Amino acid sequence: MTTVSLSLPKMPGAPVARAATLPVRGGLGLKPEHFRTILETLPDLGFFEIHAENYMVDGGPFHHYLTQIRSHYPLSIHGVGLSIGGEGPLDERHLDRLAALIERYEPQSFSEHLAWSSHRDIFLNDLLPAPYNAETLQRVCDHVDRVQERLQRRMLLENPATYVEFAASTMAETDFIGEVVRRTGCGLLLDVNNVYVSCTNHGRSPQASIEALPLAAAEQIHLAGFAQDVDAAGAPLLIDSHGAPIAEAVWALYRFTLDRSGPLPTLIERDNDIPAFPVLLAEARQAETCLQSPRMEVAA
Amino acid sequence: MNQSHFTAALINPDLPPPPGLTAWNGSDPAQRFRVYRNNVIVSLIDALADSFAVTQELVGEEFFRGMARLYAYANPPQSRLMAFYGTDFPDFIEHFPPADSLPYLADVARLEYRRIVAYHAADVPGVTPEAVSAALADTAALPDMRVTLHPSLSVLSSNSAVVSLWAAHQGAFDLSTVVPDTAEIALVLRHGLDVEVLPISAAAGAFIYELQAGAGLGRAAAEATTIETDFNLASILGLLLQKSAITALNPTRSTT
Repeated sequence: MTTVSLSLPKMPGAPVARAATLPVRGGLGLKPEHFRTILETLPDLGFFEIHAENYMVDGGPFHHYLTQIRSHYPLSIHGVGLSIGGEGPLDERHLDRLAALIERYEPQSFSEHLAWSSHRDIFLNDLLPAPYNAETLQRVCDHVDRVQERLQRRMLLENPATYVEFAASTMAETDFIGEVVRRTGCGLLLDVNNVYVSCTNHGRSPQASIEALPLAAAEQIHLAGFAQDVDAAGAPLLIDSHGAPIAEAVWALYRFTLDRSGPLPTLIERDNDIPAFPVLLAEARQAETCLQSPRMEVAA
Repeated sequence: MNQSHFTAALINPDLPPPPGLTAWNGSDPAQRFRVYRNNVIVSLIDALADSFAVTQELVGEEFFRGMARLYAYANPPQSRLMAFYGTDFPDFIEHFPPADSLPYLADVARLEYRRIVAYHAADVPGVTPEAVSAALADTAALPDMRVTLHPSLSVLSSNSAVVSLWAAHQGAFDLSTVVPDTAEIALVLRHGLDVEVLPISAAAGAFIYELQAGAGLGRAAAEATTIETDFNLASILGLLLQKSAITALNPTRSTT
């Protein structure tokens, strides 16, 4: 790609860091408490992912460390504040900030959520659900189109973890996502933990949901841990907490997914109760073991 | 359901859940909606606890989280950049009656917020020693010399011992040795990657305020001397230079 070759002299570093796409390996969310450890040890890891909004600051240690880490590793930029599912228009100033961040760090991947997080002038700092119907579909597609036009690249849309459903929904979540992918050409960031959490919360089969998603458009996988609660009827209600190790059932669903999707770059997400770096590295290695299993070689 | 209903119910726990929610097993969706309510408020309280860690230590976690909860419901974020959430939290603390017995609390919170702003401020190099030497050589131009200070730099004047209270919570010394109602002035800046909090004199504080307002060195020093007759200009300039906190020297012709 022309854009990649043009960018080569701009940010020298390890050749793998300059690749056009994320490697089909395990990656980790980048946490400030691990900046120094990463630079001192340069662990053998596929890529790092950042939350875009954390780096929308003028200067200081975040940019200092990310610049150095970026020279050694491929990067995924994951937005949490664009509110693609919002009823209002996208915040163009936020898109400008995203464009600047992407220009600066040249990530191999940019992704956002099928969710909303802002309403008028209030930012709610959570990923909120919307009904799956024609109205939401039109809005989400318009917003994804605008993002891809402004950023001049394909974005990945992440399937959500949800706790309620809506009387106003007329489509299955998997069909909704399939339609957004078909209409906008965006890719899928397949959060396997979210599939497991949502399916448990809404009495659906996680395996059937995986098979109903547009796996051909999947370019990255997220894995994370959940917390457990119950609903008013005593049925399990799982919460996408990003605060625990990945559950065995999610590892199993991950292997089920890889059998159908083929190997994909896989991120371990951990945003709360963050353990020492080697603990996270071990989870990333576990994902790589799944990616390299004999079944995968056949699938690949 | 529309997002106005959903939002209103998220930030007002006294409202019922928004209409139109369902659950596959017919269970009461209110219980499920509580997950979102909890996610939102806990994430905001956690963000404040991260940013105002010393403030939390001073009042204890339970008191802090109760106070932060009231603030967050009354002042949900208006920006997607959560690092800067809580701009008005120190003012809220100042007017929060249960915290009246800790008159220093709001200023400690102000200091913590200044540190966050300094941490993320733009990277601008300090002036070179050569530039300083050249400026000093032109003694006639010095009084009208304007200086640009680093974007991370700010001065916080307090009637309380904000610097000592903050430093004691970093383990610098025993908290019991701090007399909280001693007025202190904090110089906050980022030097390299580290945010520093330094105690300075009232005169030095006034000097920096004047520089930030665009005064030349001469007028800023004169202002400082009205506060302390023995104001030491060389000392505060030396400190600012040592911390790479002067980023430009702007000689100006006297316009008066």
